Formats: sequence, structure tokens, C-alpha cells
Amino acid sequence: MSLREASGPYFGEFGGRFVPESLIATLDELTEAYEEAKADPAFSAELDHLNRTYTGRPSIITEVPRFAEHAGGARIILKREDLNHTGSHKINNVLGQALLTKRVGKTRVIAETGAGQHGVATATAAALLGMDCVIYMGEVDTERQALNVARMRLLGAEVVPVTTGSRTLKDAINEAMRDWVTNVATTNYIFGTVAGPHPFPAMVRDFQKIIGDEARAQVLELTGALPDAVAACVGGGSNAIGIFDAFLDDPDVALYGFEAAGDGVETPRHAATITKGRPGVLHGARSFLLQDEDGQTVESHSISAGLDYPGVGPEHSWLASIGRASYLPVTDAEAMDALRLLSRTEGIIPAIESAHALAGAIRLGKQLGPDAVILVSLSGRGDKDMETAAEYFRLLDERE
Amino acid sequence: MSKVETTIAARRDAGSGALIGYLPVGFPDLATSIEAAVTIAENGFDVIELGLPYSDPVMDGPVIQEATQTALAAGFRLRDAFTAVREITSRVDAPVLLMTYWNPVLQYGVERFAAELAEAQGAGLITPDLIPDEASNWLAASEATGLDRVFLAAPSSSDERLRTITELSRGFVYTVSTMGITGARAEVDSAARTLVARLREAGATNACVGLGISTADQVAEVLSYADGAIVGSALVRALSDGGLDALASTARDLASGASVQH
Repeated sequence: MSLREASGPYFGEFGGRFVPESLIATLDELTEAYEEAKADPAFSAELDHLNRTYTGRPSIITEVPRFAEHAGGARIILKREDLNHTGSHKINNVLGQALLTKRVGKTRVIAETGAGQHGVATATAAALLGMDCVIYMGEVDTERQALNVARMRLLGAEVVPVTTGSRTLKDAINEAMRDWVTNVATTNYIFGTVAGPHPFPAMVRDFQKIIGDEARAQVLELTGALPDAVAACVGGGSNAIGIFDAFLDDPDVALYGFEAAGDGVETPRHAATITKGRPGVLHGARSFLLQDEDGQTVESHSISAGLDYPGVGPEHSWLASIGRASYLPVTDAEAMDALRLLSRTEGIIPAIESAHALAGAIRLGKQLGPDAVILVSLSGRGDKDMETAAEYFRLLDERE
Repeated sequence: MSKVETTIAARRDAGSGALIGYLPVGFPDLATSIEAAVTIAENGFDVIELGLPYSDPVMDGPVIQEATQTALAAGFRLRDAFTAVREITSRVDAPVLLMTYWNPVLQYGVERFAAELAEAQGAGLITPDLIPDEASNWLAASEATGLDRVFLAAPSSSDERLRTITELSRGFVYTVSTMGITGARAEVDSAARTLVARLREAGATNACVGLGISTADQVAEVLSYADGAIVGSALVRALSDGGLDALASTARDLASGASVQH
């Protein structure tokens, strides 16, 4: 059976709908609307049109030989989702779900955001399609990604700093769920990753699989063969599933998800969910989870706000459990080194999230040797991370 | 009939309905939370709903969130819930249900959790984020132990879902009064009355209404059409602001809406 056909609600023993009964009717409605939209050529045509004329798809691939010299000489090819409008892969999913919102006749959208990329993409789509938009963002993240808060507000969205719990992405999701339960009659929740209750894991993957579909053809055209390995960063895991999907049925292509190891997986300060977690239920799905003995969610830590999440999409948990994909940790320090290296060798400043995949690719290149071809999902650009990078590398002159 | 069902039936036969009170275990500390549950039982509440603190309570509004996060910060552990249930049931007649998000039960082990709750004389579980569709292991464990299983019904639930929820619930059906989360509201949503009627159509004998009930008048209004009224945030706020004395006084006041004679 093709691994690409998994459509939820379950991926093996993972997934499901662990949500309050109040949300079931709307999840059913969304599932049905999505199934209809998927089968409707007019919907695909409209999304395709936006992808080409608004996002700027297809995104290019870029081979990075000077960077690759530091990765055992393997050929490294970047899939440039950083060049999309709004600066990351998040727009692929948001446009799909925003069109679906229109289709179900709702006029208000809400979303959670960590790094701000999904929030910016959602605010952008809401501006484009004339919808009201509220973005929930952990207070900690509004501080470390202040420029993205300004971008969302400039786009007309209301940004609500979330002050409960760990004040990061997981709490932003809780708050968005509470809003959704209350305002479900008018509101659609544009969920940003391949986690959450069905239909989100399957639907978000379907909107993101354009990354892998394009990249597979582009790499074949460039090199005449499939890559030996595909690398992506994994927080919730939407860019990773997006680039993995096209290769799931190519058993010779190794798939690697790189999780945020923060200070290191031997410390408590990390976000390496599959590496260090165990199965549990959070935000509506059964999946790997960072939790204590009592099932209380443990706070995650990563220099990258977009990977700072104690859960992961259920399809990743499934791919890990059946051995189809490998999930490995990358520390803050490794990611930041890779970020600087790509900037200096290729003139491309990646998002800190994507730098985790680059650090992983360096490791893979050294293992696989100079004959290997490694495709890396460069999921976002680093402009939003300048403040963090400036502080980390002490790039600004000291002021009195 | 389970003890919760017997209790509700007795209140209905007396011409009123059951008053059900929610308090988080471990807030402000374990000993006080036990005293608090005993206090409301001694001041007119018929059934205790003990909330298990959880890190990600998506169905709860600010008052209950704050209380449960305080309990967690003070070092609440799951095993404390069994201690509390055991002590409360040894001191008062009111049956004690645990209200818990699903992951703590899952991590403890569904069978083990059920067995220890039954052993502590707990009445069963209210499961805000576990729908019957995902509950096969809990259905089995509650059958084996005889524990009540209270599922939620929402104004948005289809007739077919209401039938399933009614059929698989034991104790009562938690009738969500409004599309929303826990917390006091000026008025109980008229959707509650409609939903109770729909649940009766679906065969429910015990439909108890929760969310937004915070005054004696609201209790009386709800009990005019439902089998029970569930109060949460108003009790938590009283305990939080004025301690056990304030809680006792708030409980007595709410109980006047259920025509309880003391």
C-alpha cells in the first residue's frame, strides 16, 4: 500500500479527535467541506492561481556548493520556500484553508503562531480575502518576534498576547481553541501545522505537499536521479511532511526530520518531541509528546520560536514508529552555526527553524560522503530572526 | 442505578433536581481542597465534581485555569486525586466524580486509573475532551469497574450523536449550556433548554446543565427543565477570594435555588 494514501483520522495508532464535543460538528463540517473542495476542479484551479500569481510558486531549488564543502562534499540542494510571499512555507497551507473558509461561508479566521510566520501568513490571507483575523501568540514569542507582531497588525489583524501557561505556542493553541469553541458559528480556525484533531493533520499536509511534489521533479531534472536523503526541520512538522510526502513511496530516499534539541537532549531544555517524548494526547491528537509522569505537558525550549512546541504531528509519529523517517536532534548552537555558515558561504540567510535542517544536512553529508545528494527544505527566511541572531553573534556595536 | 443516578432521581422525586459542584483538587492545597468539597456537600450540594488539574485545559475559562495552574505549581500529583476522593467519600454521602482531561488518565493507564478510582469509592469520570468515538478503552474499564462515565453533549451535536452520547453515558449527560468554555455568565443560554429537550428525545433520563451557572436564580431556572445544575467558577471564585467560610455561604445561597432544606 502507498504510504501517501494515509488520510486520517488515524495514522497507525496516532491521530484522532480528542476535543470537546462542542467542536465535533464543526470538525465534521470542515472535513466534509474539504473532501468536496479536494474533488472540485474549481477549488484546485483557484488555489493554483493564487500559488502562481500571489505566492510565487513554483519555488526554485538552489544548489549550494560552497556550503556543501563543509558537509563532506555531498551535493546539497535547497528547496527555497523562503522565497514565497510572506517568507515561508506557511502561506501554502493558509491560502488553502482561507479559500476553504470562504467556501463554508465563515467571515472570521483565527490562528495560533509561534515564530509569527503562520500568523503573518494568516493575516496576509485575511487581508487578501477580506476576512476578520485574530492571531493568538504566546507573550514570550511576541517579545522575541516583535517585528512579526508589527507586521500582523499592519496587515489588519488583531494580535492577542497569551499570558497563560508557558506563554508560548502551546498556550496560543489552547487560547485559539477556546475562541473557536465559543465563536465556531462565524469563525474558522486556520491551524498552522500537521498536528491537531482530524482533519487538520491530513488537510495541512495536502496543502503543503506541493513542496515535495515540485522538489522531486526539480531534483530529478537537475541531477537525473532522486536524492539520497531529504532533510527538514520538525516542530509541528508541516514543512517536513510537505517535502517528505512526495518521497514516501521511494524506499531508497532516506527521510530525516531534525528536531530542536535546545541546550541538548541530555538537558531538560529542548523541544525534541520524538527523540525524548512518549505517546500521549495534546491539542486533539494522539502523538509523541513531551510530558511528565502524570501526563502534564512539559515546557519545551528552543532558540527557534517556530520549533518550540512539545508536540508533533501524528503522521510524523507514525512515520517514526514504522521506521520510514528518522528524527534526530539538533541543538541551538548547531543550528546557529549552520545559519551563519549558509549566510557566509551562499548569501542566503535562513530562518533559525530551517537552520536546524541545514545543520542536520551537514551531519548527513559527512556520513553519506561526496556522492550523496541531499535535498533540504529551506522552509523560511531569516529576516524575522535578526534580533535573535544579532544578540547571539553579537553583531551590533555595543551601545552605552 | 449508580449512586449518582440514585442521588439525582431522589432530588427529582422531591420535586427539584440535583445541585452539582465543581472544585479543583489541590487548590489552594490538597487539604483545603478536601475541606472545600466537604463544605459544599454539607451546604446543599448533592454531587461533587472534583477537577483534576491539567497543564492544557482547553475547556476552561480564566477562573478555573488560574486555580488549576496554582494547584500544579504547588506540586499537585495525580495520586493526590485518589487521596482526596477517598477522604471526601468517607466524610460525606455525596458521590464524587472526577472531571479530567484525557491525557493524565491515558498516562496513568486507563485500567489502573479506573481500578484505583473505584477502590477510593469514586463514582466515575467526566471527560471534557474525550468523545465516545475515542473512548473504547474507557468504555471497557468503566464496564469492568461499574464507574459512571459522563460524556458531554453540546448545542451543536447532531441528533445521532446525542443518541450515542446518551446511550454510552452513565450517571448523567453533561449538557453544555452554550458554545463556549467554563465561567460565570449573566444569563444561562436558552440553548440549554433546547438541548435538554433534544436529549430527552434521544432517551436521556439524567440531563444536567453546566457552563455559566453562578446564581441561585439560574440554578432554579435550570432545574425547572433539567435534572441537575452544575456550578463551577462561582464556587472556585468564592474559595479563592474568601476561603472556606465564603465558600460555605456561596454554596448555601446557590442551594436555595435548588430548594434544599437545611
